[in-house]
Parts: sequence; structure tokens; C-alpha cells
Amino acid sequence: MTVDDIQALTAQLARDPSSLVFLPLAEALRRRGQLEAALAIAASGAGRYPEMAGAYDLLARIQSDRGEGDLAFDAWTTVLRLDPDHVGAHKGLAFLSFRAGDFARSLRYLRRAVELRPRDESLRGALSRVEDAAGVRPVPGFERGAPDPLRALEAEVGLALLVDPQGRLLAGSVHDSGGKPASEQVGAVLAGISREAERTTRLLGLGPWRELSLEGGPAHFELRTPTSDSVLLVTRPREIPAGRLALLADRAASAARRWLEELR
Amino acid sequence: MRFADLLAELTRIPGVRGALLVSREDGLVVADALMESVDGKAVAALAASLTGRMNGVTAALGHPEPVSWQLRGSDGMLLAAPAREGLLVVAVAAAEANAGELRLRLLSVAGRAA
Repeated sequence: MTVDDIQALTAQLARDPSSLVFLPLAEALRRRGQLEAALAIAASGAGRYPEMAGAYDLLARIQSDRGEGDLAFDAWTTVLRLDPDHVGAHKGLAFLSFRAGDFARSLRYLRRAVELRPRDESLRGALSRVEDAAGVRPVPGFERGAPDPLRALEAEVGLALLVDPQGRLLAGSVHDSGGKPASEQVGAVLAGISREAERTTRLLGLGPWRELSLEGGPAHFELRTPTSDSVLLVTRPREIPAGRLALLADRAASAARRWLEELR
Repeated sequence: MRFADLLAELTRIPGVRGALLVSREDGLVVADALMESVDGKAVAALAASLTGRMNGVTAALGHPEPVSWQLRGSDGMLLAAPAREGLLVVAVAAAEANAGELRLRLLSVAGRAA
């Protein structure tokens, strides 16, 4: 859109403030990087048409461009309230969730967007990229792959592992002291430990087991049971204080619990 | 130092309900200092078995065996540390016992028990 076009739309909006030209005008200003002017026009239009999903979508995109993620999130949420199948809002919310590190939520929005517009190659590409970034992998017993909940918590991969009662891998990974993948071997042992810990606490009247800490030579380990049918191992070099490792393990256990609940 | 004296260093910590020296190989009690309610044979067998499992984790990662471990339940905890000559020092404690102090004392006892 040329400057002349923008001036013409601006004049039209001035003559008739209830005109819908605020939509193309604010969009044109957004594309030109005139975000403040675009925001004022879009906000005014959304205020005048509070039931128009497109007005809030435009507002959200401008707010997102301005780095106002929380406001954009609210605006796109409003869009979905008005129009639950609005692809742009699903896409926008997926972007904001991804930027916030909430891969599971980002995937939910993107998968819905792809369902709504299955032939959109750009959406499929975005979904594929987010799945890669989230470490999506097949989960035993579940039809659809899911993001690795431990990926978001881990600055370094190879330091946390989640397995099911049969020792099958659910998420995360661990490496041995030589840097080689050791998830399968450790997973098989973890399943046995969980059963043994449960038996021990039951027979000794210690109550349900909650935490298992191993103080190793070069590394320390924390085990948790995020759910009754999963076991989590988190490890760090022994230089990391034991209390901090315990907190990391608690956090990872909470994330794993939420993730498993979402899968169900 | 006698085994009884070593175990007394653990049982004098508030909340500790018992301490044992256990044969890691077969899970049998070598020496104990227990409150009446604690089944020493069960503690010994279970602690030795769990120690074997823990060693499996560190072995799978190419690490040496653990220096100590703690299993915490909602109502209490079990701690163990391997000692020399195939022994295992074990303590059973209430949930509110000072786990940090108990761990340090356990490691100290494990370093001298043999």
C-alpha cells in the first residue's frame, strides 16, 4: 500500500470513524513499522466493534510486534472466545507460547491450526519446527508424539530421564561418563528401583516413597515418582549443591506430571 | 571402636529409630541398635537389596558406586552408606529427623566401620 493509499484511508476514517477501513489502514501501518499509529487505530476499532474477532487479531499482531506478549496473548484469547476456529489466533498463541518456552501449549495451538487449515504448508512447516525444538518423540502407550517436558527445564540435555513402570523411555535422556547415550540401560534399572523403593517404604512403614537421593562420586542423582506409573531421574555433577539438585528434580517432576496428565 | 559405639553415634540423633551394620552380600544384620518397633532383619534385607539397585544406576552410567543414598517416604526415611569389607551402615529415621546431620554422621561411621 502506498503512502497515498494510506492518506486516503486516513481521510476516510476521519470522515467516518465507524468505517471498517480501520482494518486495512492499521494493517498497512503495521507493515510499514508505524506501530504506535497502527496500535491507536486498531485499539479504537476494536473498542468500536467489540464482537469483531478480526479487530482483536489485528490488535494482537500489532502488540506482538511491539513486544507486548502479555497484551497480545489477551487479545488473541479474546479472538478465540469470539471465534474458536480463528486460525490466526491459534497461530499467534502458538508463537507466543513457543517464545515463552511452553512447547506443549505451542504444539496444542499449532496442531489445532493445522486441523483447521490442513493444506497450509507454512503451518505444517511451523508445526514441524516446533516439534523438533520441543524434542517430540513417540510415547509408549500414546497415539500422538509429545514434546519432551524435560527439554524446557534442561539447559543441557542428557541430565534427566523419565521412564514408565516397564523401564520404557517417556522423555529426556542421560549419557554415561564417556558421553555415550545410556538412557535404555538406565531406564531398565530405574523401573526396578521404583518397585524396590515402594516395597521398602511399605514394609518399613515409611509411607509412600517420595524422594530417593544418591550421592555419587562424580555426580549426584535424584529420583522422583511424578505419577504412580512413572519414574524420573535427574542428575548433575557433584559441584551442584544437593539442595539445588533436589529443587530441580521437584520442578522436573511437576512438569512431567502435567505433561503426562495432558497426554491422557 | 566397637560396633555398638559407632551405631550409638547415629541413634543419639533426634528422630533416629535405629541403626545397623549390614552385610551387603546377603543382607544379614551384623550389629544393630534399634527401637522395639523396628524390624532389623527387614531393614537389613531391604537396604542391601536397594543398594544393589542403586549400584545398577551408577554402573549403567559408568560411575563408581554411590557414597550414600537416602529414601524418603511421607512418614520416615531410610539412609545407607557402604563401608569397607562388604558392610553397609544403615539408619532408619522419622520424617522430621535432620537428614543433613544424619548423612554426615552416617558417612563418618561408614569410614570407620570395619
